[in-house]
Amino acid sequence: MSASLWQKHGVVERNSILLLIGILIVIAIGGLVEVVPLFYLKSTIETADGMRPYTPLELAGRNIYVSEGCYLCHSQMIRALRDEVERYGHYSLAAESQYDHPFQWGSKRNGPDLARVGGKYSDAWHRDHLNDPRAVVPGSIMPAYPWLFTTDLDYSHIAEDLKVQAELGVPYTQEMIDRAMADVRTQASNNAPDATALAKRYPKAQARDFDGNPDHITQADALIAYLQMMGTLVDFKLYKDKANIR
Amino acid sequence: MAALKAASNTAPKYMSFGEGGLAAAFVALAFVAIVVAAKAYTAEYAFHAYLFAAVSVASVFVIVNRFFERSDEPIPLEIDGKPNYNFGPVKLGTLLAIFWGIAGMTAGLWIALELAYPALNFGLSYISFGRLRPLHTSAVIFAFGGNVLIATSFYVVQRTCRARLAGDLAPWFVVLGYNFFILIAGTGYLLGITQSKEYAEPEWYADLWLTIVWVVYLLVYLGTIMRRREPHIYVANWFYLAFIVTIAVLHVTNNAAIPISMFSSKSYIVWSGVQDAMVEWWYGHNAVGFFLTAGFLGLMYYFIPKRAERPVYSYRLSIIHFWGLIFLYIWAGPHHLHYTALPDWTQTLGMTFSIMLWMPSWGGMINGLMTLSGAWDKLRTDPVLRMMVLAVAFYGMATFEGPVMSIKEVNSLSHYTDWTIGHVHSGALGWVAFISFGAIYCLVPWLWNRPLYSLRLVSWHFWIATIGIVVYVTSMWVSGILQGLMWRSYTSLGFLEYSFIETVQAMHPFYVIRALGGGLFLCGALIMAFNVWRTIYPPRTELAAAASLVPAE
Repeated sequence: MSASLWQKHGVVERNSILLLIGILIVIAIGGLVEVVPLFYLKSTIETADGMRPYTPLELAGRNIYVSEGCYLCHSQMIRALRDEVERYGHYSLAAESQYDHPFQWGSKRNGPDLARVGGKYSDAWHRDHLNDPRAVVPGSIMPAYPWLFTTDLDYSHIAEDLKVQAELGVPYTQEMIDRAMADVRTQASNNAPDATALAKRYPKAQARDFDGNPDHITQADALIAYLQMMGTLVDFKLYKDKANIR
Repeated sequence: MAALKAASNTAPKYMSFGEGGLAAAFVALAFVAIVVAAKAYTAEYAFHAYLFAAVSVASVFVIVNRFFERSDEPIPLEIDGKPNYNFGPVKLGTLLAIFWGIAGMTAGLWIALELAYPALNFGLSYISFGRLRPLHTSAVIFAFGGNVLIATSFYVVQRTCRARLAGDLAPWFVVLGYNFFILIAGTGYLLGITQSKEYAEPEWYADLWLTIVWVVYLLVYLGTIMRRREPHIYVANWFYLAFIVTIAVLHVTNNAAIPISMFSSKSYIVWSGVQDAMVEWWYGHNAVGFFLTAGFLGLMYYFIPKRAERPVYSYRLSIIHFWGLIFLYIWAGPHHLHYTALPDWTQTLGMTFSIMLWMPSWGGMINGLMTLSGAWDKLRTDPVLRMMVLAVAFYGMATFEGPVMSIKEVNSLSHYTDWTIGHVHSGALGWVAFISFGAIYCLVPWLWNRPLYSLRLVSWHFWIATIGIVVYVTSMWVSGILQGLMWRSYTSLGFLEYSFIETVQAMHPFYVIRALGGGLFLCGALIMAFNVWRTIYPPRTELAAAASLVPAE
C-alpha cells in the first residue's frame, strides 16, 4: 500500500499545474487558521476606555517615527512579564494599538521600550536627547537627530492622511478631517485659543510648542508630540485586568 | 511568444507581440511617471518618479534597438536536437548577486560599527542607523539572495527540464525589473521612504512594481516547466516553485495598503494593531521559510548532487521534506509575538508548529548531507563542495536553534535581544550565503565556459568566512543572553538590578567583536569577487595556457 502511495506522488511530479495547486492548498491552511479568526473573534481586542485616533500632529510625528526607522531599535510592546511590567509599566493591550496602521510593536531593543514613554520626560529632555543623546544619557548608542529641529513639518496634505485612515476604519469624523491642518497649528502652539476645542475632539491631547521654537512647526514638534502621548490614553487605574482575561 | 511573421529575407520584419506590448507599456509608464514627478508632494518621491521615467525611456530604446539588431528568424528552441539554453539573464543575475552581496555586507558592517561607535552616525539623516538597517537587510536578503535565487532558478529549470527558458524579453524583464525594484527600495530607505513593516519596508509603488515582476517570474518559470522534455519535474523545481508562489501570496497580503494620493509615497497598511502584527510575522517568518529556505533548498537539491556527482540520497525523504516543510512553516509566525498582546491560542499554535518544523528541516539536512555518501573524500579536495556541505550543516544548526527559541520560556529571554540577531546570521551567513557562494563558484565556470581562476582562493574564502561566522554568532549569543539576563535580574531587595543603559553599555565589547566577524565575512566575499572577475577575465598569459583545455561542462 505504501509503495502505491509513493507512486501516486508521480502524478504531481508530472503535472505542473497540479503541483502549483497542491502548493497553494498546503500553504493556505496555516495562515487561514491562525490569521483569519483574529478578525472576528471578539476576545482578540480587549475593551479599554480612552482609546482615540491620533491627533493630526501626533500622526505626523508617528509618520516621522516610521520613516526614521525608530521601530528598529525601540519596541512598543510591553510583554506580560514581571520585569517588563516593573520597568516599563502595565503590559501593552491589543486595544492600545487598534488604530495603528501599521503596528509599531518592534522586534529588537537596542534602546528601551517606548510603549509608555509619554509623560516620563519633559519636552526639554526630549529636545536635548534627540539633538545629542549622549548629552543626557551617557553611554547611549542612539544616533543624533539634529535635522528634525531644522526641518519644517510638511503638513499641507495631512487631511488626506486622516481621510485614508478613516476609510480603513479609524474613527476620524468629517470635522476632524476638515480641521486637520488647523489642528496641527493649534497643537504645536502655546496658549492657542482653539486648544479646548482640540481637546474635545481628541481627549487628553496636549497642546504646546514642543520643540522650543515657537516660530516654526518642525518635525521635532510632531515627533515629541507623539512621544509625549504614547501609552497615556488608557487609564489603568480604571482598567479591569480580570474582565479581559483571554 | 515571438510571433514573427517574416518568412523570407525580403519580407519586412515585424515586431513580436511581446516587444510591441512591452515597449508600449513602457511608453505609457514614462508618461505617468513624468506627470507624477511634476505633481509629487515631496522631492524624494519626485526623484523616484523621475527614476521610473528614465528607466522606462531607456527600456523603450533598448527594446526598439534590439528589434533592429536581431535577425528576423525566431530564436530556435533547439539546435541539433540539443536545447538552446538562454543563459544571458542567468549571467547578469549572478554578477548582480555578487555586487549586491558586497554592498549589503558593507552596509551591515557599517551599522554594526554604528552600534559600537554611535559617533559614526555623524548626525546625518541618510546614514543614521534607522535608515541604513533596512538597507542592509534588504540588500543581503532581497538583492543578494533574490538575484541568486532568480539566476539559479533560471539555470536549474532549464537544465533539469532540458528546455530553453520561456519568453523572449520576459526573463530579462524579470532580472532587470527586480533589480530596479531593489534600486527604488534602497534609495527610498536612505531618503526616509518606508512603510516600516520589517523585511517589507518598500512603499506601495515599489510593491506594485514588484508584484508585476513577480507574476512574470512565475509565468516564465511555469512556462519553462511546461516545455520540459523530461517526464518528471525535478525536486529542485518543486522548491523553487513553492518559493515563487508563496512569496507572491505573502507579498500581496502583507503589503495591502492605500496610498494617501497617487502623488505621495505615503500609504497606510490596511491591517492595524494586533492583526497587522500577525500578518507581518506570518509574512516575516515565511520570508525566512520560503525565500531564505525553500528557495535555497532548490539550490541544495541541484548543486550538491551535481558537484558531488552523486544522486540525491533519498527520493522519498525529498517528498516528505518538501510537503512537510511548506505545510509546517506557514504556521510558525506567531513565535515572533510571544507574551505580546497577540491572543495566547495563536502564540501556542505558533510555538507548537515551530517545534514540529524541526523534523522536516532535519529531514532535508540529512537528505543533503547523505547525498555525499560515497563521495566524502571530495570534501578534502573540493573547497566548493566543502562550502555547500558546511552550508547544510549550518542549516541544520539554525533549524534546531529556531525551534528552541520558539519555546515561550526561552523566547521570553531571547526576544528583543541580540540572540535573535545571532540566530538570523547563523542562518543567513552560514546557510544562505554559503550555499549561494558554492552555487556561484559552480555556475561561473559553467556559464562562461572557463575553469575557475583559483581553488586555493576558494579555500581562503571558506576559512576566513567560516571564522567570521563563528566570531559573529558566538558574540551575539553572549551579548543576547547577557542582556536578556540583565533585564530580568533582581537585587536581594527585590528591585530591578540594572537600568536599561547599563545593559546597553555591557554590549559594547560584543558589538566590536561582532563587527570583526562581519568584517571577516565581507573579506571572504571580496575574495570571491576577485576570483570570479579573474575567471571571467583571465590574465592574458593564463588565457593562452587555457586555450588547449577542454571547457568544463
